[in-house]
Amino acid sequence: MSPKTLYDKIWDAHVAHEAEDGTSLLYIDRHLVHEVTSPQAFEGLRMAGRKVHAPDKTIAVPDHNVPTTPGRENPEQMTEDSRIQVAALDKNAKEFGIHYYPVSDIRQGIVHIVGPEQGWTLPGMTVVCGDSHTATHGAFGALAHGIGTSEVEHVLATQTLIQKKSKNMKVEITGKLKPGVTAKDITLAVIGETGTAGGTGYVIEYCGEAIRDLSMEGRMTVCNMAIEGGARAGLIAPDENTFEYVKGRPHAPKGAQWEAALNWWKTLYTDEDAHFDKVVTLKGEDIQPVVTWGTSPEDVLPITAVVPSPEDFEGGKVEAAARALEYMGLTPGQKLTDIEVDTVFIGSCTNGRIEDLRAVADVVKGKKIKEGMRAMIVPGSGLVRMQAEEEGLAEIFKEAGFEWRLAGCSMCLAMNPDQLSEGERCAATSNRNFEGRQGYKGRTHLVSPAMAAAAALTGKLTDVRELM
Amino acid sequence: MDKFEKLQGIAAPMPLVNIDTDMIIPKVFLKTIKRSGLGVNLFDEMRYDRQGNELPEFVLNKPQYRNTEILVAGDNFGCGSSREHAPWAIKDFGIKCVISTSFADIFFNNCFKNGILPIVLPQEQVDMLMTDAEKGENARMTVDLEAQEITTSDGDVIAFEVDAFKKHCLLNGLDDIGLTLEKSASIDAFEAKAGQERPWV
Repeated sequence: MSPKTLYDKIWDAHVAHEAEDGTSLLYIDRHLVHEVTSPQAFEGLRMAGRKVHAPDKTIAVPDHNVPTTPGRENPEQMTEDSRIQVAALDKNAKEFGIHYYPVSDIRQGIVHIVGPEQGWTLPGMTVVCGDSHTATHGAFGALAHGIGTSEVEHVLATQTLIQKKSKNMKVEITGKLKPGVTAKDITLAVIGETGTAGGTGYVIEYCGEAIRDLSMEGRMTVCNMAIEGGARAGLIAPDENTFEYVKGRPHAPKGAQWEAALNWWKTLYTDEDAHFDKVVTLKGEDIQPVVTWGTSPEDVLPITAVVPSPEDFEGGKVEAAARALEYMGLTPGQKLTDIEVDTVFIGSCTNGRIEDLRAVADVVKGKKIKEGMRAMIVPGSGLVRMQAEEEGLAEIFKEAGFEWRLAGCSMCLAMNPDQLSEGERCAATSNRNFEGRQGYKGRTHLVSPAMAAAAALTGKLTDVRELM
Repeated sequence: MDKFEKLQGIAAPMPLVNIDTDMIIPKVFLKTIKRSGLGVNLFDEMRYDRQGNELPEFVLNKPQYRNTEILVAGDNFGCGSSREHAPWAIKDFGIKCVISTSFADIFFNNCFKNGILPIVLPQEQVDMLMTDAEKGENARMTVDLEAQEITTSDGDVIAFEVDAFKKHCLLNGLDDIGLTLEKSASIDAFEAKAGQERPWV
């Protein structure tokens, strides 16, 4: 048998039907659902008189619209349209009999944090969600990708997705990371290398010593932004770290089933000599703490660099860079560490897990954020929030001057009341720096949690290594 | 779904690269629970000022492009969020075909589910169509899906590739779910087998 990649193995294990031209029905093991991309899909089912094919494999949680301030059970905190959207999910979850974590549930949070936390996400699974950051679950060696609402309806009705196989891409990070460099810096550095379209048509497998050395939280951060590099899915082969994380979670297998699962999971790796259509290799030791300067996640530079000039680019990127510089209010040649920020956002499905919060606490412990700074920490789930309180992190944050919020997507995409105002500038641990992403004419610099913490203290984009 | 067969219409140029789905339809319009009515907010932050007045320099606000049906766009069109509101807004505006050197995967798929034809062409051909589109309403391009050909206003013909299954569905306006349900037996058989092999799933 010819050697297979990890992606080949998971794909082969899930093809329910294949046509002669390769168009396949891929069976879906887990379907995650949130309130923004699902109402039209449920409505479609209702109109056609269809049921959810596998309600037991379908898990819903509201996250995009929900306020993160205390007292949010009060519907007055939401705008009318947000309220309607969350209420629609409440109703659809009940009517179609799917698993549901409502806003009032301690387990509620960002769908990509709740899935792994509850043990819904397991190695070797196919996972989809009407959300591009579904790539996050690839950290477990699960084939996970975002889909549109029509596909959400298709999966609800059939538990399959019509797919053609993608190409295989290997991203290897060799060696060790230097102090102050994190999973976020890896994933941004890779996008800086490949561009935001570099992964289009591929499934990425991340490997190499620096990836192996990452915790599960770090691996989720890396896979989360595979989509920002254009790849629908990112994968990391499961190992002892993975099994340790999964074991004992509410929906993980137990007893004899655990042993059977483990036996299969241990076969989930890329065979020696398996073919990759594209290979990118970065040296871990070369990666520095990075920051984005523009309005595309590919606009990445080490924090020690200066703002580039449009002439540094070629083709269509010249105009895009000029537009980005104007939007961001930056001048070519300006030192990145001279850029002042007025807002810091720590959270999101990229960096809203316990390890991220610990990294922030390490930087800000016993210190105060810059006067006038608006800095918020939004844990990724109610359980992350609870754990951070038990570990004493919340106290550190509050003493430093951070707002300590309830779980949700919050200012990552600003569909709830957490938004930037026109011209405000934010160091954010989220995943997109697009125009208007965090609020109309708001300016976003993507960074790691430690770098965001450093910026909160100094009021400028800061090399966290100088505070260590 | 609406069929897509042959389209003759005005093409508008949008040469900017990396036009993301947040630009196509900003998040404030994602709070709808319907598929329709988003066309008025297509490219909202590029198209209107904060008071809702049209920005005259934006391409779709120019008189010659108000009835655009074809968009010729820069590389990596539709990147970012999976929101199908992006193709819904495009379709609702009246655009039925988008041409670029590349599209983000999820957006590309979403187009086909909504009767929109995304066409990928090499840079030189997109450049040529961009120049053609810049002629405004006098440049009516023709996109023939059956023949897989684009004809410019000058009569030049450019061939394009399209996946055979996706083409079949677009030409006939076929509903994916209906097609898949015809293969229910395969799905049931897969579930029975996978249930034995991986009972923990």
